[in-house]
Amino acid sequence: MTRPERGKSLFRFAAPQLFYPLAGKLAPWFAAVAAIFTIAGLWLGFFVAPTDAQQGEVYRVIFIHVPAAWMSMFVYLIMAFWSAVGLVMNTRLSFLMARALAPTGAMFCILALVTGSLWGKPTWGAYWVWDARLTSQLLLLFLYLGYIALTQAIEDPRRADRAGAIIALVGAVNVPIIYFSVKWWNTLHQGASVSLTKAPSMAATMLAGMFVMALASWAYTIAITLWRVRPLILERERHTDWVGAELNALEGKV
Amino acid sequence: MQWESWSAFWQMGGAAPFVWGSYGLTVFLVVVELIMVARRRRETVRRLLRLRRASANGRSGRQVFEEIVE
Repeated sequence: MTRPERGKSLFRFAAPQLFYPLAGKLAPWFAAVAAIFTIAGLWLGFFVAPTDAQQGEVYRVIFIHVPAAWMSMFVYLIMAFWSAVGLVMNTRLSFLMARALAPTGAMFCILALVTGSLWGKPTWGAYWVWDARLTSQLLLLFLYLGYIALTQAIEDPRRADRAGAIIALVGAVNVPIIYFSVKWWNTLHQGASVSLTKAPSMAATMLAGMFVMALASWAYTIAITLWRVRPLILERERHTDWVGAELNALEGKV
Repeated sequence: MQWESWSAFWQMGGAAPFVWGSYGLTVFLVVVELIMVARRRRETVRRLLRLRRASANGRSGRQVFEEIVE
């Protein structure tokens, strides 16, 4: 097999052969950023941000709940983006990126739901209510699980890629519904924590803690996705010479 | 500093089960995910190496596949 042309464009990393080592090099850096931001975010959240005047200390769930909820929505949109790129440009790597993102998106979705319910009990008096925000977020979890189940159930990888891409794209409609649900319907769930048009309703240090934790979640997602996509690439490209060489290097070490 | 003592910190104003439950679950899921990703990598590399060794021994892809599925 000939080496892909090494152009200057970043698009050359769409070649699995070049992306595989790049992902391996970048992942530890993102993991380190995630660790540093987590420490900083928790410090802000637990030692700098004041006690909430209405809720007392229980509001500190926010530093995990809001970033997890944001990530669960972002990750789904990114999956839909890669799925669209894969369908339009027919790039193998795009579908693999979507597959590598799904378990982390599902993890954040579970976290958002469970931490929300742990926050709901002392503040609303109920672990769960069927309001529009909670229901649409639960639907998001089913979309993630459906995507994962479908892509794993279909044996032909290319058909599995395409079927998954269609779920990812159709399901993306749910994301704006989750986001705007607190505006469109009368929900028990409170309105947006952060708005571009309104003055912040929270102390600056609370907001700062939330943003730093959100950045940590981003870095974590990137690191874990890069780690997860690497074996997917090896598997899919196993008939190529470069994977053969990679396997030679790994022989006896794994 | 928000806390008068470490025990006040751990009590979280009476909300300890809810706050620490949330953070505990987060730590648990992140650790599980990291372990799963590491294991998946190891399994994939081992399987591909087995597959290659077997096909070098002259067996068909189908035979190899059936052996591995067992």
